[in-house]
Amino acid sequence: MADLKVNFCGIISPNPFWLASAPPTNTGDQVMRAFDAGWGGAVWKTLGDPIVNVSSRYSAVELNGQRLMGLNNIELITDRPLAVNFREIAEVKKRYPKNVVIASLMVESKREAWHEIVKRAEDAGADGLELNFGCPHGMSERGMGAAVGQVPEYACRITEWAKEAAKTPVIVKLTPNITDITFPARAAKKGGADAISLINTINSFTGIDLETFTPRPAVAGKSAHGGYCGPAVKPIALNMVAAVATDPEVRLPISGIGGIATWRDAAEFMVLGASTVQVCTAVMHHGFRIVEDMIDGLSNYLDDKGMKSVSELVGKTLPSVSKWEDLDLNYKVVANVDQQKCIGCGLCYVACTDGAHQSIGAKPSEKNPGRTDVWILEDKCVGCNLCSLVCPVENCISMKKIDTGRAPLTWKDYQKDPEHNKHLLVPNAH
Amino acid sequence: MIPPVIPFGEIKPALARDEALAEANRCLACYDAPCTRACPTHIDVPSFIKKIATDNLRGSARAILSANILGASCARVCPTEVLCEGACVLNDLHHKPIKIGQLQRHATDWLLDKRAPLFTAGAKTTDKQVAIIGAGPSGLACAAELARLGIKAVIFDANARPGGLNTYGCAEYKISAPFALREVEWLEQSGVTIKSGVTIGKDLSIPDLERDYAAIFIGVGMGRIARLGIPGEGLAGVWDALDLIAAIKMDRDKAKVGERVVVLGGGNTAIDAVTQSAMLGAREVTLVYRRGPEEMSAYHHEQELGRQAGCRFVFLAAPKSISSDSAGKVASITLATMKLGDAGADGRRSPVPNGGELTIPCDTVVMATGQDARKPFVSSLPGVNSDAKGRVIVDDSWRTSNPRYWAAGDCVSGGEEVVNAVADGKQAARSIAKSFGVAVSHGTGAAGAVTEAQEVTRG
Repeated sequence: MADLKVNFCGIISPNPFWLASAPPTNTGDQVMRAFDAGWGGAVWKTLGDPIVNVSSRYSAVELNGQRLMGLNNIELITDRPLAVNFREIAEVKKRYPKNVVIASLMVESKREAWHEIVKRAEDAGADGLELNFGCPHGMSERGMGAAVGQVPEYACRITEWAKEAAKTPVIVKLTPNITDITFPARAAKKGGADAISLINTINSFTGIDLETFTPRPAVAGKSAHGGYCGPAVKPIALNMVAAVATDPEVRLPISGIGGIATWRDAAEFMVLGASTVQVCTAVMHHGFRIVEDMIDGLSNYLDDKGMKSVSELVGKTLPSVSKWEDLDLNYKVVANVDQQKCIGCGLCYVACTDGAHQSIGAKPSEKNPGRTDVWILEDKCVGCNLCSLVCPVENCISMKKIDTGRAPLTWKDYQKDPEHNKHLLVPNAH
Repeated sequence: MIPPVIPFGEIKPALARDEALAEANRCLACYDAPCTRACPTHIDVPSFIKKIATDNLRGSARAILSANILGASCARVCPTEVLCEGACVLNDLHHKPIKIGQLQRHATDWLLDKRAPLFTAGAKTTDKQVAIIGAGPSGLACAAELARLGIKAVIFDANARPGGLNTYGCAEYKISAPFALREVEWLEQSGVTIKSGVTIGKDLSIPDLERDYAAIFIGVGMGRIARLGIPGEGLAGVWDALDLIAAIKMDRDKAKVGERVVVLGGGNTAIDAVTQSAMLGAREVTLVYRRGPEEMSAYHHEQELGRQAGCRFVFLAAPKSISSDSAGKVASITLATMKLGDAGADGRRSPVPNGGELTIPCDTVVMATGQDARKPFVSSLPGVNSDAKGRVIVDDSWRTSNPRYWAAGDCVSGGEEVVNAVADGKQAARSIAKSFGVAVSHGTGAAGAVTEAQEVTRG
């Protein structure tokens, strides 16, 4: 069985699965139950000067009856006294010395304030520190959280302050509410960060109550934008993780966050360069128990791949993360319908005809009355994949590679001499 | 001995809102959907289902009712297993079709509960008026379509209450009489006029009818169960299956069966008699059919209901005589055992006696051996021809041999589903409107269907 143990910037964790700083890590009781369930680490609910929260804090996006495809919150950092939090951290570390406790921190932008909170967290026994430069609501209005993460100079300076006092590794948590994630990542690096974690939540309204015309979650007839997370944000997070992981100026360990609910999600973040992952929404939905299958599934996957350690997975995809201009213009696939599997729903036909490239023929089926027969018009098919994406039958529509007999040609090379190179392109690939 | 496994109540109950949403979201929304093709009224099923998913229940109900004005009752009585749900592609994919009937009920019940109009009557398009004979599904559908087209129509019905088979003849656990009547009331509120308790030819003469109405629609359905002509047929304890079902629906105290019931027949009405007898408390129900299980005309899913009710099936046996006890009540039925001979005109093999005999003790016999056509009534209509079985003959536009008369529903088909009667009654109304010179728009069903091979070229 593969070894799931990880070394994350010097912090040893029994497995790569950590709880993100959020409601599931609000108390020592929760964190200890999480460790009992199998979580390798927990990033404590952000510590700072205790705040006052509103009632009515979360709202969600549903998709076709699936709950919590996306979750939004307007909850702030811990509302419990710092002394209570630190006492519980100490208790957790005493009882669970092998599990990782990271203290998430956020205080006002003053050097002494950061020095003090770093010291208190380490005195309590935290294995590392995560600087919360990401919280996009409430705290950012007070010049903290995302207000820091959105200005690389601030992020750099506060990282420096934390590092001045820290004896344990400092992880900087980034906000996705920026234009280019590599800028704050480089700033964190410049400030001396030992690692990066991303993404924090995305500015959002999940929806509007069309009876009251109030956005959700409603607080006495008003609402404020919140932070969006859950399965819906995963693609955005994957892209940002890839951007940081491939940036030669960053080169720091990454803790991946954003819509991770299963071992497969976790593995996808890891192959893009994350060496640990953090989970919140899925636990808020289903509880700590989900880690059992995350551990089991990842372990079985590594065994199937013949990998001895989870570290072998980290970054495996990065060589195939490319710029568009380096993609081969002469690569060609076309759709292929397995007529034995086709149920005649016609969804590929209408999608292709109205929404893509008019490359599917259809007629009422004679063999199967009431159904629709479809076939691919290969000479028109551009290989966009849409039909295979909408087909409800597994492996019914596949994309088959066509040998074009042409040498690979990228845009980067093509545009050097279009007049000459256009003769080298596959005829309908452009 | 069998327990009453199916209580009186609905066999397909209403879906809760979250159930309906989950089911609506499960629908693939096929293009040129097979469910829509399978529906005799061509309801745009994916459209109404996705409207449920977006919480547009008003739009959903309208999509249903614009194609099928009796969408609420069809949602209950349709044999969806062999129509829309039988055609659903998810039978192939997950072995579990979308619950189209129950979703249809969800949407139409919502509109009914809102007491919103069922349809909007059109502005008057002609002075000509139509008389409709029979307030069953075909007559109601015809009347509603005429009203939409701005044509005044009056329905005359001989029964005390309107609704035809929905009110009197469809098994109670599929559609209750109060619901059927509520739906009719809904139609009346929207502009359909019904005169119940009026027998044409008695309370209102045919010449008077022809004088007052430019067109006459015949939607009288079928008559009573045909007499078998066997001894004992008139004994106390022998029921016409339709009388039994009507009593259950409209006069429950009179609906009584004994402990041992024999049902004669192999169609869906026979199965209704079986399940309803079980519900009424019969300890032993036996269905007797003169041919084999392969030849039964009852749908497979209906036969399954009979089995679930604990019914015993006796095949290849035909009734010979019914005997009574000293009090003159049914005591047993004697059957002639049969074998299957050559295929008859309908392709089914005909039973012929093999010389054997079988007697089943029983206290109740329910006849479900097929209805007679309403021959005397139809033959009283001048110039309206019918075939050898008494079915009214119509042309492609539902017009009879007398150009002032149209007909549709069971009196033409010899007995089909409610949904067929609705579809045909509606088409007859459109035919009548055209004969009046009233413009009839196209497009009553789903839009955008693939009608022939479509190969598109890219510009």
